Amino acid sequence: MSDLILKTAAELADALAAGETTSVELTQVHLDRIAAVDGDVHAFLHIDAEGALSQAAASDARRANGDALHALDGVPIAVKDVLTTIGLPTTCGSKMLEGWVPPYDATVVKKIKDAGLPILGKTNMDEFAMGSSTEHSAYGPTRNPWKLDRIPGGSGGGSAAAVAAYEAPLALGTDTGGSIRQPGAVTGTVGVKPTYGSVSRYGLVALANSLDQVGPVTRTVLDSALLHELIGGHDPLDSTSTTTPVTGLVDAARAGATGDLKGVKVGVIKELGGQENGQSGWAPDVMRKFAESVDLLTKLGADVVEVSTPSFEHAMAAYYLILPAECSSNLAKFDAMRYGLRVTPDGSPSAEDVMKASRDAGFGDEVKRRIILGTYALSSGYYDAYYGQAQKIRTLIIEDFKKAFEQVDVLVSPTSPSTAFPLGAKLDDPLAMYMQDLATIPANLAGTPGISIPAGVSDVDGLPVGVQLLAPVLEDARLYRVGAALEGAVGPVLSIDKLEVAR
Amino acid sequence: MTAVSDSLGLVPFDEVLEKYDPAMGLEVHVELNTNTKMFCGCPATFGGEPNSQVCPTCLGLPGSMPVVNAKAVESAIRIGLALNGRIAEWCRFARKNYFYPDMPKNFQTSQYDEPIVYDGYLDVEVEGETYRVEIERAHMEEDTGKTTHIGGATGRIHGADYSLVDYNRAGIPLIEIVTRPILGAGAKAPQVAKAYVAALREILLGLGVSDVRMDQGSMRCDVNLSLSPKGSGTLGTRTETKNVNSLRSVERAVRFEMSRHAGILDAGEAIFQETRHFHEDTGTTSAGRAKSDADDYRYFPEPDLVPVAPSREWVEELRASLPERTADKRARLQVEWGYSDLEMRDVWAAGALSLIEATVAEGASAQAARKWWMAELSRSANDRGVELAELGVTPVQVAEVQKLVDAKTLTDKLARQAFEGLLAGEGTVSEIIDARGLAVVSDDGALGAAVDEAIDAQPAVAEKIRGGNQAAVGALIGAVMKATGGKADAKRVRELILEKLA
Repeated sequence: MSDLILKTAAELADALAAGETTSVELTQVHLDRIAAVDGDVHAFLHIDAEGALSQAAASDARRANGDALHALDGVPIAVKDVLTTIGLPTTCGSKMLEGWVPPYDATVVKKIKDAGLPILGKTNMDEFAMGSSTEHSAYGPTRNPWKLDRIPGGSGGGSAAAVAAYEAPLALGTDTGGSIRQPGAVTGTVGVKPTYGSVSRYGLVALANSLDQVGPVTRTVLDSALLHELIGGHDPLDSTSTTTPVTGLVDAARAGATGDLKGVKVGVIKELGGQENGQSGWAPDVMRKFAESVDLLTKLGADVVEVSTPSFEHAMAAYYLILPAECSSNLAKFDAMRYGLRVTPDGSPSAEDVMKASRDAGFGDEVKRRIILGTYALSSGYYDAYYGQAQKIRTLIIEDFKKAFEQVDVLVSPTSPSTAFPLGAKLDDPLAMYMQDLATIPANLAGTPGISIPAGVSDVDGLPVGVQLLAPVLEDARLYRVGAALEGAVGPVLSIDKLEVAR
Repeated sequence: MTAVSDSLGLVPFDEVLEKYDPAMGLEVHVELNTNTKMFCGCPATFGGEPNSQVCPTCLGLPGSMPVVNAKAVESAIRIGLALNGRIAEWCRFARKNYFYPDMPKNFQTSQYDEPIVYDGYLDVEVEGETYRVEIERAHMEEDTGKTTHIGGATGRIHGADYSLVDYNRAGIPLIEIVTRPILGAGAKAPQVAKAYVAALREILLGLGVSDVRMDQGSMRCDVNLSLSPKGSGTLGTRTETKNVNSLRSVERAVRFEMSRHAGILDAGEAIFQETRHFHEDTGTTSAGRAKSDADDYRYFPEPDLVPVAPSREWVEELRASLPERTADKRARLQVEWGYSDLEMRDVWAAGALSLIEATVAEGASAQAARKWWMAELSRSANDRGVELAELGVTPVQVAEVQKLVDAKTLTDKLARQAFEGLLAGEGTVSEIIDARGLAVVSDDGALGAAVDEAIDAQPAVAEKIRGGNQAAVGALIGAVMKATGGKADAKRVRELILEKLA
């Protein structure tokens, strides 16, 4: 196995620039790694060796020509299967979309293609991004490369596992309630949810439109910054996209890497494991690693204080009303009439019979559960009691964030209440599964950016623990500065030798 | 269940009012003539090869997202201002969730409790009396696609073998203008309904925001009607007659539903709240689907669209640039054209104001334009049961014909034949004149020969004329006209005969 797969995206970009390797070689070594380990990990749903190699060859030709190149031109990437790709299947981990090949690229996909990043393939996910373990994929679960009987987090478990297993140096994920950050935490990778609207959602098959955000999954904070700057910025095809340019992230990551956090005020969120830990199922080993991270921040010069965000207590309830409401409406288009699965019952079935049979066969249990919840929450007579109340809580959470950010520059909490749990452990207990996103959900409700970075490994099971940093809307750069400093202080967490899919 | 109601007798219209008060609500859908669709960049033109004007967004493909068409918002605001309405400072789009095969997302992006226009009114005139129709709201939404059901006898979905869906129309911007219940119109309710839609049509034409072609569906009217016991002041159960597609049909639909409701109520039965279809051929309605107030569309704000917040400056700019108000325009044109009050009222009631205006703009005199539209063409429209504007004859053609009359190339009689040709779709004005050989014979040589023949054929008459009896000349003119197939210029013929017999 080539050592090239061990390099970070920034290092690969340097190697390409120095002529030490080619994009074709880089792409091939990652395809080889995928061939070697993905049978165990199952991070990918579709692998596009031919397409990736031809994109790589084009990149090499550009470089030989001396054409202007993006910093990441030629560095391969994996893309979560919820983003549309011309000519490549997009299934969202669902039988309902089996075989669907979109005629258009998501804006972020177009951006990475334009920048010359070869796309290795599409990564596995919980069906329509509903879940926290990637066990709800209709195509079978992804396994955590650290320990193959453990979950890789969800819904973006495929992207996180691909990066953690060294199958790809970079990946794109989507984060609706923590689906980039939580998988990042349990696989020892870096995952970022950018400010809502700062990265285009056009071509992201919506789970909950008001919460979804595309973001990077990488092995270092700097790599995330490079990818985040590439995919960010205004998109006229997404009317909720912000017009503020997405810049300064790479500079912030480099500044943070010097390890100086003097003058930075960090707030520990009391409600997310600060004082009231133990109450909401926060694992003691996770809390111990978190406490170490807080100590490190202090040592780096940060001024650490405790802040209270009382409304966060209701975030989960609000989230599980708003999300199903939006997704019940989004998934209505899957009627088996135009694309995707069509199941035709015997006899002379009506369109309605076909729709029923197709939905019965095409949607998994978790999807059906949320459609029913959402349909109920929006029904006349219940709207005010449920959806309306949830929106009020959302406003309170935004207020809590505002107040907290009047006191501090960034907020900090554990990313996930536990390390990677065994496959199947929470499948029969949806609420226990939902609890995985306890700490990540408030940022989605408020539209604020968040990052999860590895805080070390648990002293109980040796599995990675993540720490989450949160910043005010459009202040994503703060996450990279503080994140890079903490990353340096913690030291390397992920290494290929620690994985069950080692070399 | 509706079959029972439908089989009950109709109460003669005149008798309905003895026992009942009608209440109407009119919902008019107007397709805007923007270049592109409501939420994407696809062309918003009518027709085209099925599914040729579509993209991921108007097909509702997974991952696609809408972006609001600013031009459509501008049109909505201009319509709102022209209808004396208030313009929301902040409003949102909502999703109206329901299943329909021609709706690719299975929800319609519309406005719910936050319409862009609210609290407007329109004054309409019926037989010299003015009614104020209050407009509750006007909101923006997208049109659906179009289904064609193949294989059934009725063209309806029931009994069809299969259905074809064309999404070219899906996503075309619509404005829905909704009135408050129109009360107190009594026996004039059908006329008030027609006059309201006609007035609305004139305003929209003046704004240039829509083609307002009712026959092509770019303007469609849903007629809600209920009856309540006379003087009770309550509102009865309503029915909604969908997609009525001509001014005349609006009037007929109201009239029919009033008679039908009265028949059911007289029999002591209850009205079912339902949608109904209007039948042009019989002027009747039939039951559609049952509809209750409990329809649960599960509205919620469309999360993919940012709120619409038109600045006050922009609204005031648009207000300042509005065309002349219809009432002002009517008064001005009456003076300019020299029409009597009655003439103007007839023109207005026939929906001919803008047609005449356009004809005059093309060079015809106001009197001539009125003559053709109100006499010749109105009769044809009545015979065919269509609106003047839907006859297929354009103001440009009317002016063209009149110019030929002015140039003495056509007589009035020949002009009528030219219109017959136009109505029959025989081609352009000049094609019809050529094909039918309509041009006036004014060549003195050709006329001279015919005149000579007529004199030779009737020597006794010629003698009388020579003797100074000019009244006798008519007989010879008649003969010449007959010989030339009516295409001779009668005045010139008279001159020629008198010259020859002098």
